[in-house]
Amino acid sequence: MTRRLVRGVLFLLFALYFFVPLLAMLDFSTRNLVGGGRTWDAWKALGVDPQVRTAILASLGLAVCTVALMLVMLLPTMVWVRLRLPRLSRVIEFLCLLPLTIPALVIVVGLSGVYAWVNYFFGYSPLVLTFAYTVLVLPYSYRALDASLGAIDVRTLSEAARSLGAGWFTVITRVVVPNVWGGVLSAAFISVALVLGEYTIASLLNYNTLPVVIALLGKSSGTVSVAASLASIMFAALLLLLLSFVHRRRMPRGS
Amino acid sequence: MRARLGRLTPALGLVPFLLYLLVFLLVPTLVVLVGSFQEGGRFSLTNIRALSDPSILHALQESVVLSGSTALLGGVLGALLAWLVVGLSPTNVVRRFVVSLCGAFAQTGGVSLAFAWIATIGLSGVVTQWFDDHLHVQLMGSGWLYALPGLILVYCYFQIPLMVIVFLPALEGLRPQWREAAVNLGASKWQYFTQVVVPLLRPAFLGSVLLLFANAFAAYATAAALVSQGSPILPLKIREGLTSEIVLGRQHLAYAIALEMVVVVAIIMVLYALLLRRSARWMR
Repeated sequence: MTRRLVRGVLFLLFALYFFVPLLAMLDFSTRNLVGGGRTWDAWKALGVDPQVRTAILASLGLAVCTVALMLVMLLPTMVWVRLRLPRLSRVIEFLCLLPLTIPALVIVVGLSGVYAWVNYFFGYSPLVLTFAYTVLVLPYSYRALDASLGAIDVRTLSEAARSLGAGWFTVITRVVVPNVWGGVLSAAFISVALVLGEYTIASLLNYNTLPVVIALLGKSSGTVSVAASLASIMFAALLLLLLSFVHRRRMPRGS
Repeated sequence: MRARLGRLTPALGLVPFLLYLLVFLLVPTLVVLVGSFQEGGRFSLTNIRALSDPSILHALQESVVLSGSTALLGGVLGALLAWLVVGLSPTNVVRRFVVSLCGAFAQTGGVSLAFAWIATIGLSGVVTQWFDDHLHVQLMGSGWLYALPGLILVYCYFQIPLMVIVFLPALEGLRPQWREAAVNLGASKWQYFTQVVVPLLRPAFLGSVLLLFANAFAAYATAAALVSQGSPILPLKIREGLTSEIVLGRQHLAYAIALEMVVVVAIIMVLYALLLRRSARWMR
């Protein structure tokens, strides 16, 4: 009985610590600074204000592009290493986890030279940040993909497909990917969550993504940036919540 | 010759990935490494020596205090929350909700979390005003939210969630059979906890705390959004070096500080990897 009471009280305290700031954000962003009372103007501004709207679209576009580049780069490489170069798997793992040791702040310090070339080839759209962001999401994506590739027999599957005449492209897109769908989804969702909040690289390379604009607006229009902050946290939480339901459905078959 | 070529062909499949990493990970790192030993295009130790400048040493000290205290606080509180959560079944709605919210705070956090606290206990924050109206207490005082104490509070807001995420798998790895075995041998609950659970989880716990330390040490977004004047911690010193228009030629000092940061984080991550290997023995 006391045990349940202690758990309940602890849960309540944690809930307070996490929800008070979230509720405060909701309250703060709906304040009417001029006439008093409530207004949803700050939330409407998210869709109307051209600067904020462009930034939201840029961040969402970046999230999609990063997921695409991450999958195109990482998945074929990991499958290939498992099939043909198993001795190199340790090296690839080390390389993929390297961005945990080299902080984004350090990468961005050395990146300006590289980005002079990137801008030369691809222009100045914020979407060019895709290249830098894919490096940042590598460790998390690698772990998610590695776990689900480990749960299936890639070699047997691909040998079966190859002996039936499938090329490597078909093997990856129509045999491997459907079997590691859970891992692909969790790699994708975690990448989206990271990209939506990434500030370091975008701000120091002067691209107006959502977090950069939130920080900028904080100086002039606090309510809008608080509304945008709350929206981006809740959006990420919702994505991750959806992901947990996907996982459950995969569980019984996987393990 | 042909046999050797045949052996090399599979390696060609790695070329795009390795080229990509070379350009966007290794080249920037090398630029920092080389740049911190250069001044005016030549080899020089000026910037490395500048690291012992009092203001930079002070920033390093503040960074270590910030990362250390939030790693410990986040580690203990996060482990507690993870323990509360692991008691629920994996399909429980509360558990899913807590874990996803933790993911959102730890991954998307950054700037948003700074504004979360500005809205709560900033100058015109909701809680600040409530305290002012109802208790006549000035919560903001001297603006501590925008200095080190404030950073500690706000950093905990992403450190605790990160701890939940990295520590939960270790807690899930505790098998019921171990408790049953201990109870069968006559252990009390307390003995089971101190003599089985604690030794089993110690490497995972210490490893996670190290990861939290590295995470806070390298974090930039939250501090950058919260602190606009002065540079109390190392990441903000780098910003100062990169964006300063008053002091020209401080770019390479930023390189040297970045190098210092890599060295600290690398040491932490090696220790983390060693601890992880120890705890992996039990978590199969």
